[in-house]
Amino acid sequence: MDLKRTVKFEADRDPEFARWISHTVGGERIRHCLQCGLCSASCPLSLHMDYTPRRLMHLSREGFKEEVLSSAAIWLCTACYACMVECPKKINITHLMYALKERAIQEKFYPKRFPIPVMAQQFSRMVRESGRITESWLIVRVFLRSAIWRLLGMSGLGWKLFLTGRMPARKEKIKRKSEIRTLLASVAATRKELAL
Amino acid sequence: MPDTRRPTNGSDTDGIRIGVYVCHCGTNIAGTVDVKAISEYAATLPGVVVARTYKYMCSDPGQALIQQDIRDLRLNRIVVASCSPLLHEPTFRRALDRVGLNPFLLQMVNIREHVSWVHLDKPAATAKTNDLVRGAVRRVARHKPLQKRRVPINPSVLVVGGGIAGIHAALTLADAGKHVYLVEREPTIGGHMAKFDKTFPTLDCAACILTPKMTAVGSHPLITLWTYSEVLKVSGYVGNYRVQVRRKPRYIIEDLCLGCQECITACVYKEGKTRDEFNLGLSKRKPVYLPFPQAVPQKVVIDPETCIEFKSGKCKKTCIEACGERKAIDFKQKESLEEIEVGTIILATGFTTFNAARNAYYGYGRYPNVYTSLEVERLINASGPTSGELVLRDGTRPKAVGIIHCVGSRDANTNRWCSKVCCMYSLKLAHLIKERTGADIFNFYIDMRTPGKGYEEFYDRLLDEGVHFVRGRVAEVTEWAAHPSEKGKLIIRAEDTLAAFVRRIPVDMVVLSVGLEPQPDAQAVRRLFNISCSNEGWFLERHPKLAPVSTFTEGVYIAGACQGPKDIPDTVAQAGAAAAEALALVDAQFVELEPYTAFISEEECSGCKSCIPLCPYQAISFVEEKKKATINEVLCKGCGTCVAGCPSGSIQQNFFEDEEIFDEIEGVLAYA
Amino acid sequence: MKYAYYPGCSLRGTGRAYEESLLAVFRALDVAIQELNDWNCCGATTYLSIDELTSYALAARNLALAARDRLDIIAPCAACYLVLNKTQRYIHDYPDIQLVVTRALDAIGLKYDDRVRVRHPLDIFLNEIGVKAIASRVTRSLKGLKVAPYYGCQIVRPYATFDDQRNPTSMDRLLEACGAEIIPYSLKTRCCGGSQKGTLPEVGLYLINYLVEEAQMNGADVIATVCPLCQFNLECFQKEASSEQNPLSTPVLYFTQLMALALGASSATIGLRRSLVKIEPVLEAKEIAYA
Repeated sequence: MDLKRTVKFEADRDPEFARWISHTVGGERIRHCLQCGLCSASCPLSLHMDYTPRRLMHLSREGFKEEVLSSAAIWLCTACYACMVECPKKINITHLMYALKERAIQEKFYPKRFPIPVMAQQFSRMVRESGRITESWLIVRVFLRSAIWRLLGMSGLGWKLFLTGRMPARKEKIKRKSEIRTLLASVAATRKELAL
Repeated sequence: MPDTRRPTNGSDTDGIRIGVYVCHCGTNIAGTVDVKAISEYAATLPGVVVARTYKYMCSDPGQALIQQDIRDLRLNRIVVASCSPLLHEPTFRRALDRVGLNPFLLQMVNIREHVSWVHLDKPAATAKTNDLVRGAVRRVARHKPLQKRRVPINPSVLVVGGGIAGIHAALTLADAGKHVYLVEREPTIGGHMAKFDKTFPTLDCAACILTPKMTAVGSHPLITLWTYSEVLKVSGYVGNYRVQVRRKPRYIIEDLCLGCQECITACVYKEGKTRDEFNLGLSKRKPVYLPFPQAVPQKVVIDPETCIEFKSGKCKKTCIEACGERKAIDFKQKESLEEIEVGTIILATGFTTFNAARNAYYGYGRYPNVYTSLEVERLINASGPTSGELVLRDGTRPKAVGIIHCVGSRDANTNRWCSKVCCMYSLKLAHLIKERTGADIFNFYIDMRTPGKGYEEFYDRLLDEGVHFVRGRVAEVTEWAAHPSEKGKLIIRAEDTLAAFVRRIPVDMVVLSVGLEPQPDAQAVRRLFNISCSNEGWFLERHPKLAPVSTFTEGVYIAGACQGPKDIPDTVAQAGAAAAEALALVDAQFVELEPYTAFISEEECSGCKSCIPLCPYQAISFVEEKKKATINEVLCKGCGTCVAGCPSGSIQQNFFEDEEIFDEIEGVLAYA
Repeated sequence: MKYAYYPGCSLRGTGRAYEESLLAVFRALDVAIQELNDWNCCGATTYLSIDELTSYALAARNLALAARDRLDIIAPCAACYLVLNKTQRYIHDYPDIQLVVTRALDAIGLKYDDRVRVRHPLDIFLNEIGVKAIASRVTRSLKGLKVAPYYGCQIVRPYATFDDQRNPTSMDRLLEACGAEIIPYSLKTRCCGGSQKGTLPEVGLYLINYLVEEAQMNGADVIATVCPLCQFNLECFQKEASSEQNPLSTPVLYFTQLMALALGASSATIGLRRSLVKIEPVLEAKEIAYA
């Protein structure tokens, strides 16, 4: 029997995290959550989650950063918006999940080679480089960095898709690639200026 | 100093003689304002004969001070510089009245809320007070004596709505000896309560406790009961309302019908084909029907929409044959208009339930075995469509029932409020359903709201009965089976928040605990009676805590669920309260109206009619013969709109005449 | 009325059949389009996990390009449709986002204009052309074909601009106009898992299994989709997702493929060769010509 002691002291809370979640875009109403559980009940992924969306809302607004950012739940969210449609307090739960993902990636709160953040990073890199995504190359890049053996497993499917013309090897790109760079630079500059 | 202006009151033969009284109000005023300096300054103003200060002007000795001066110094105008007039203007007016001085020859200056409570700088506060007192002194000289007007109150009362609130109010008033008109839209009184099976927390049979009151109403000599009727028009003012009531034709002569129901048995329709509204569509009725067995009045109704005689004129009319010598059926009956005069009105028009079809994910209207709580009340009621058997649409008994709380309540997508009664009635239904069927019951709630007397104890009782309580708002009711054991059932998906995992619970029957909403025509009704509705659509009370049954329209009261969701005990309490307040008005026999009314100078009125549409109280009318406008003092509420709007300046308002206002302004600004 | 056609990255890859059939339907119904010149990736759901401000700026470039051409956008991919709509709303609701985006666009010589409407082909077909007009142009009725309409998440949530959020019927009505029979499908707006099949296979497979199984058990000959990722998920993993009792083998086509078929488009443009689970046997059994 593995006995754990769970009591949370005030020192375990991170007030900055609690403040951040209340002020980030979409978190304005998080204090209104009355923990009814409708979000968890409508979420198709909640059955796999360690902390259901409802619990994440409460843990976040109370500042339990460790639990929230290390949870598997934030990665399981597919942003299907089912929770938001019915939420009786109109809390922007999906957007908060995005914000938590963003923060977890920034602060590296995930196991190495975890496919989801790797996918997110490779996706955005490809967009920055070429302006468009080429699915074939994206899949290769993601699995090379996370779970190589899966690539082998998918090769059968990959071959069939190639044969039916759905997995072209040709790289998609936009003509004015420099615009993407300029766009990104401008966003970075404005963000710094406004301290966002 | 003597005032050299022309006195405006004929009895001011001595000229204007003003007394100024500055209150310390303990340290409330004196702490920030140099009251002694004020009184010394006031004494120097024109017309002021005496200026005094006192610790608490509103106290008996304080008032005595003023009264003594009025007698000894022949004062004919008083200025009191103290707190807000909302607090003590009546006090000082009564003081003046008791020594024979017209109470409206008083002007109060608010040097507490407007000066000492909002400023910290003593010299500046004192200077400001001087300016305000100077203005008041100049104004008060212009005051004319005014008389409060008395209007008699008609002792009859109109009660609109024949649910438990209307019934209780009507009986209370009638037992007090007043004549009551009870107008109800449906063919019978009883309201929602007549539909219930048992009531919480005592599990009293609703009909057993309601029907004696209904019968009392029907037989009370002082209650004129008009069912199947609606109020069409209301005019007049407190104590003197004139109401037009439209009585819809039942096609039955009420005085002759005995309620034997032979006509219903004899009707050419062998079975009912029309949706029975009382049973919420769970059964069918014939075109001639009695709404429910204990209806009051116990008279049948003929529905012209479905009766063959109205559609084709060629019916055998077996009903007339069955009625025989009584001859109570009259297909030629027309609607009638009645005009009544009453002094006060009580609105008890009740509520409606949330339309469960609006929550598409609960499947109401899509899955046959999803019911609303009100429908289930009818099913378990012994006089309901299934004689009290709780069965599914196919006639079998449910083995598992899910009761979903908060449908259409506490939800930004539908209604934000908590409907107050649903937790209790959901517990009641859980108990009753378990008793009747032995089924497994699951209540899905967010909070268990049981604040009334005996309510928490009722919840305790349910906990002993083995009902499952799952704390989680239900996301969906679905037919999709994710597990073989779910096939053929309705699956409720909710997060059991206390256990912290999602659960899927298969049931045979789903009961939606629908919330309460204002009636769909609440806005139209409130306009008829000249009252307001709150943001959410409930009738607006004068004050949520201290005046819950009166409205901003004098003489019109509200009671019961039309004012907001509530249970039967609170409804009855409010109905009694409204009756009491109406009685207070009626027994006072007349109402005193403040004289702040506007009046039109006939010589100056040009007959342009600009003022008439401006009046929110329809108090101005046009006298054709003279081609002048005239104001009904009794309807006028003194809002001042017509005074400002009149292009020729021929409308003035008592207590707010131009010279009074301009003098006050000049007095304040005279520091320059 | 001409529209700016915004294919999105998937329609050049796994969603190729979507583009082919969509363009065929546009031709058959005389909808004038021009591909949005030099469009860039909208960021889909993924970029928002990295950096939301950049994500809005990237998406807004497409809106600004359309504004310059003074055209409304048609975005067939559900994710693109959602991201573009969301970008518009967030720019409108949050002044900070608006500032960042307008400056970024300014830096590349573009202006943001909120008058650009982002529309889905379902919306155009239903509300601009109408079921009657479409029915009148059907040359190969889909009579006898049982279709399970699968909407997925992103075209109905969180913004339901042209259809009911909980019980959408736009696709139902269009396919019925083509003669098809729509079967009851209670999971029609349940998420397919998006990219979870790739990243967390057990999770993805669980979702895919019941979506396809339910349609199959309700008698569907084909599942119709509006989103390239939904189509990919539901079609390409049926063997893996099958349980022993219920092997899955239902064709999954884009609704535009079914429409193109009904409107008489050539076999090549319908894109049947792109499918991994073939529908030809069903079509032959129901005597619906497709060559």
